[in-house]
Amino acid sequence: MKELLTGNEAVARGAYEAGVTVASAYPGTPSTEILENVAKYKEIYSEWAPNEKVALEVSIGASIAGARSLAAMKHVGVNVAADPLFTVAYTGVNGGLVLVTADDPGMHSSQNEQDNRNYAKFAKIPMLEPSDSQEAKEFTKIAYKISEEFDVPILLRLTTRICHSKGIVELEDREQVEIKEYVKNIPKYVATPANGRKLHVKLEEKLKKLEEFSNNTSLNKVEWYDKKIGIITSSVSYQYAKEVFGDNASYLKLGFTYPLPKEKIKKFANEVEKLYVIEELDPYLETEIKAMGIEVIGKELIPRVGELNPDIIAKTLLGENKEVIEKNEEKVVGRPPTMCAGCPHRGLFYELSKKKNVVVTGDIGCYTLGSAPPLEAMDTCICMGASISAGHGFSKAAQVNGRETKVFSVIGDSTFFHSGITGLIDIVYNKGNAATIILDNRITGMTGHQHNPGTGYTLMGEVTNEIDIVKICEAIGVKHIEVINPLNLKETKAAIDKAMEVDEPMVIITKWPCVLKKSPNEEIEEYGLADRKICEVDQDKCKKCKMCLKVGCPAISFDSEKGAIIDDTMCVGCDVCLQVCPFDAIVKVGE
Amino acid sequence: MTEKGNILLVGVGGQGIILASKILSKGLLDAGYDVKMSEVHGMAQRGGSVTTQVRYGEKVYSPIIGKGQADIIVAFEKMEAMRWIDYLKPNGKLVINDYEIPSVPILVGKDEYPKDIIKELEHKLDVIKLKAAEVAKEIGNIKTQNIVMLGCLVEALGLNEIDWEQKIKELVKGKYVDINIKAFNKGKQLAR
Ligand code: SF4
Ligand code: SF4
Repeated sequence: MKELLTGNEAVARGAYEAGVTVASAYPGTPSTEILENVAKYKEIYSEWAPNEKVALEVSIGASIAGARSLAAMKHVGVNVAADPLFTVAYTGVNGGLVLVTADDPGMHSSQNEQDNRNYAKFAKIPMLEPSDSQEAKEFTKIAYKISEEFDVPILLRLTTRICHSKGIVELEDREQVEIKEYVKNIPKYVATPANGRKLHVKLEEKLKKLEEFSNNTSLNKVEWYDKKIGIITSSVSYQYAKEVFGDNASYLKLGFTYPLPKEKIKKFANEVEKLYVIEELDPYLETEIKAMGIEVIGKELIPRVGELNPDIIAKTLLGENKEVIEKNEEKVVGRPPTMCAGCPHRGLFYELSKKKNVVVTGDIGCYTLGSAPPLEAMDTCICMGASISAGHGFSKAAQVNGRETKVFSVIGDSTFFHSGITGLIDIVYNKGNAATIILDNRITGMTGHQHNPGTGYTLMGEVTNEIDIVKICEAIGVKHIEVINPLNLKETKAAIDKAMEVDEPMVIITKWPCVLKKSPNEEIEEYGLADRKICEVDQDKCKKCKMCLKVGCPAISFDSEKGAIIDDTMCVGCDVCLQVCPFDAIVKVGE
Repeated sequence: MTEKGNILLVGVGGQGIILASKILSKGLLDAGYDVKMSEVHGMAQRGGSVTTQVRYGEKVYSPIIGKGQADIIVAFEKMEAMRWIDYLKPNGKLVINDYEIPSVPILVGKDEYPKDIIKELEHKLDVIKLKAAEVAKEIGNIKTQNIVMLGCLVEALGLNEIDWEQKIKELVKGKYVDINIKAFNKGKQLAR
């Protein structure tokens, strides 16, 4: 049967067909839908882990137990999981183990565009790079074979375009794979220095064999057409190259890109007149090929920044410029992402934006949008969890140097579980005074509403233990904890004011469900979500002061004649603007 | 089958572009074409501009369409039409929904919503314009805007050999099927 699947859906299908039985991940664009789709196969135990390191370790444990297992994450997630990654390369596996990294060239939704192919070489882990959905499924299955045959974990590297593009995939049946026997093997699985030294030697031997495999496998294949131009390429760049060059060039398409097939590359290079390397981001292939003494044209023409596409290839390598209809830039205004109408984060950032002599260290999630106009209530955003620890560092630097700055660290519920807790421990342990605000919107918002340890549900939809954030903070030793309703501006302001005064660790938890969340019935009742009335502007009372525009709700617009206007299809009746209007011109519809 | 095509759907998060392109690509798939469809998730969904690209033919390589390469652009929102117009082939078709969704810089008063976008585009090429939101409201559900636009697209490209009503039945939730089929046919009419 044929179906149109995204690369992510195809990887999930591949895992299913390969007989995987354990899968763990932390959500992150563009990787999230891999586990969401794995969860549809009841034969596989799947879970959201609190972070990527845990996800990979869970998969490692399952592999040692003898099961085929999978861990999936976005590119920066691999940084979090790097610690176990480098050592599992040494120990090897029992059941096949695949780590999926979903890179984000062009940074559609990321804080950097690191090229994770470098991890394969760095961590000494064989890498496969599919170029479309069909290959995403095929390669996932092959990855398990290679993993078990060579006793190594495999890095399956995708990019946003692979993850989120649909292509035709041929579906097959699930392979029945028995869990392997687990035999205690201390020299293999206990990476003490004495064992590790031997394991490293073994790994280098495995890599030699894997290079031989790389030279022979059809994952690395030559397509002969015109030999005047030869193109070495991998991943989605292959599709772009085919689009531009068609039959006017020959291709060495690499699907197995670590270790590289040096012999195959040499042979191919010898037979073509001019050799291009077409790859996105870093000169990963190019550097290796040049080190073999082969002349290639690559990054001197193709940019190493941003996402590649056929246009760039045609322009840089062939000097082609397509005829286009001119666009009038004056008639295009930017459309940056923004917090939704009724977003529970809005009130908090509105109140923070009014505070003077305050620094707000931010984190990764929807609330990063608090840095955008008109709120602009954020000073930093580095990586998952850094709001709390970087905030602590900032306030210590201020303290030591006699500066009076109050630091607020804002972090989401899921991000707090991911890597915020350790930062908070640091603050309490080292007597910091930065205030932590945990924006508990009862879900992982930005990536599209995944459950997390605080929501009471698992990825597989089961009711489960809900981790209590207040109790965690208490257990860590935070003495000042306030749980507030962020839609109530008075309450929000009071909590912030209190934190300004307290010279000890303090945590404010803003608790209100994400406006886009499909809340379970208990929650709808608890927060009274069913009977909220929307707001409208009483035009007689509106003085056109534009104060309400400062909350940055996309449902509010302004007309110089009529004053403020609330879009009744967008407003959810959160009442934040209502509390801001100094003239009581915003009222509840029907009240 | 020698035909091939590049279709670009542009608009704003929440306008139902993803569903429209799902129906479109499923129809093309079942008609025997190779199909690739590309969409970007994440930040773009938070009120940002959203595009999906659908390519079909005997064999499709790149999942994305280059500048000057789209056979048709279906713009669910006016300003988005201008944002993407350089992706249209000089002799390509443009379907525009005469509908404004102001972005944040406009909402907070930093910029104004650009005037006469459709007029300016009409100068440059043939435009099929419609008020899909009004049409959808008349039919009885503003959320069927996307399917009105889909109907237009199908008519404009002459993709009539495919049983679209069947695809709508497969991909739309039961009680919404009839109204969406209505929206689809209305869209087709409007493109004629
Ligand atoms: S804050 Fe009140 S008075 Fe001022 S523009 Fe908005 S609705 Fe009108
Ligand atoms: S009540 Fe005001 S701030 Fe809240 S969603 Fe409606 S318009 Fe936006």
